[in-house]
Amino acid sequence: MSDQHVAGGGHGPAGGVGGADAPGSYSAGGAGAGVPGPEGPAGPHGATGAPAPGSGDPRGQAAASEPAAAPAQGNGDTRSPAAPMIRARNLHKSFGDLEVLKGVDLDVAPGEIVAIIGPSGSGKSTMLRCLIHLEEITRGTVEIEGQAIAREIAGGAELGAGARGRAGSRVVAHAAPAPTATRQEHIPEAVIRRRCRKLGMVFQNFNLFPHKTALGNVIEGLLVVAKLSKSEAIARGEKMLARVGLADKRDVYPAYLSGGQKQRVAIARMLAMEPDIMLFDEPTSALDPELVGEVLAVIKDLAREQMTMVVVTHEMSFARELSDRVVFMDEGRIVEAASPEKLFTNPDHPRIKAFLEKML
Amino acid sequence: MEYLIDTTTYILQGAGVTVRLFVLTLVFSLPLGFLGAVGKVSRRKSLSVTLGLYTSVVRGTPLLLQLFFVYYGLPLLIPVLRFDRFTAAVVTFIINYAAYFVEIFRGGIQSIERGQYEAAKVLGMNYRQTMVRIVLPQTLKRVLPPVSNEAITLVKDTALVVVLGIGEILRNSKEVVSRDFTITPFVIAGVIYLTLNYGLVWVFGRLERRYQVYE
Repeated sequence: MSDQHVAGGGHGPAGGVGGADAPGSYSAGGAGAGVPGPEGPAGPHGATGAPAPGSGDPRGQAAASEPAAAPAQGNGDTRSPAAPMIRARNLHKSFGDLEVLKGVDLDVAPGEIVAIIGPSGSGKSTMLRCLIHLEEITRGTVEIEGQAIAREIAGGAELGAGARGRAGSRVVAHAAPAPTATRQEHIPEAVIRRRCRKLGMVFQNFNLFPHKTALGNVIEGLLVVAKLSKSEAIARGEKMLARVGLADKRDVYPAYLSGGQKQRVAIARMLAMEPDIMLFDEPTSALDPELVGEVLAVIKDLAREQMTMVVVTHEMSFARELSDRVVFMDEGRIVEAASPEKLFTNPDHPRIKAFLEKML
Repeated sequence: MEYLIDTTTYILQGAGVTVRLFVLTLVFSLPLGFLGAVGKVSRRKSLSVTLGLYTSVVRGTPLLLQLFFVYYGLPLLIPVLRFDRFTAAVVTFIINYAAYFVEIFRGGIQSIERGQYEAAKVLGMNYRQTMVRIVLPQTLKRVLPPVSNEAITLVKDTALVVVLGIGEILRNSKEVVSRDFTITPFVIAGVIYLTLNYGLVWVFGRLERRYQVYE
């Protein structure tokens, strides 16, 4: 069971979203490619002469040529209908001397709901923020629906500026002799921004725009980013507010909303942008206990609609009830990723047991 | 009584100059200050360093000295920059007040929480959109009180241009004082300044209340 230490290893989506055979094939691909983090816990896969980090999936790398041409990679090249919505490999993040993420691998399948739990300071939120580029990744690869927003590539000076573009195949060739010589590919801000639009994020502190009404908050992205006309934006905005049960609050400023209402507006604001994947960073942690339920209810609705979600949460019951997979993080690493049944009742790692005893 | 009216009328003629100087200064220095603040928080190091130098020099030296420098000093250094008195005063005031506004707006921009930038970012906004749509509107509300302070100070600072012999409120009243040996004109001047500032406070109060709707 030691290979279970790496997320994306064994467990496909419990809901079986991508068809009957999909989870299996997805898992196999994920585990084989995923393990080679130099500092990561070395499972059986890691010992089999791991390719250099970032070049783990040769098919993927070969197809990932020019950033603009990358759309083909996710759908066209990887045939599996359950190709990961998010694929993170060897994720490292340091703030100065403090290493917060020490080589995290994570795959999220379409329609899958992943709950991330762990003690505070374990890097859960940082990992989530790295996935949507709110934090610049120190090292590692993050792909959103096959399109990289960060990529670790092999090669030192000799690849130089030419590494981007046609160098994809060469990366693999160079990787074997010098597996440690890697660097981060430069991906332009605008490209990253465009690729991250597949993702939505909901914050612990809502971060509503205080100078705009509930509706104003929801339509802001529609007007400015999606460039809808005012009337289209309002129509969709009202629909979104209705979806979270706040149609009657459309002209109210955030200062006059309760915490639960604020968070629901924040969710509506994000949903209006029609993301494929929603990231939730402790969405109920700043709420009074009696307001938690209304926010969780909205998230449950999303689950019913097969929204792909990654939720950092301290609500153990929520994680257990709703998620397809629970990821336990500690000290910047994923300790175990398993189905909720497994992780909550019979975790492999004693640290998880100790943590759960404190939480439950 | 007639004397009082005559004197007041004469001083009020000076008030016209004062108000003109005041309005011109605000109209130019506010937007300049705003742009300067955006430049100062930008990631371009050269820009923020240059602007930092500008604000520390201008805020670190007396306005009176700057007036003398622009009117008497500049033409010696660069002959093209020979201004008439009023223009020299306006130019000096704009340069001076813009420096203060740069720092006020910079403080306002930096007081906006990081979460606002992050929320804008996850919605897909770029830096410019984030500034224009999210950060600057909130900044405006926050800087109203210090800007109102500056505006009040500006009304009073206009009296400094008396040293260039511009006929504004203070100079006109001083003329009458030395002609008639009475301090009444000074009292009248004081009342006019007070009235101007009272109007300003009222305007800014209205503005602040209008922005209060969302908090």
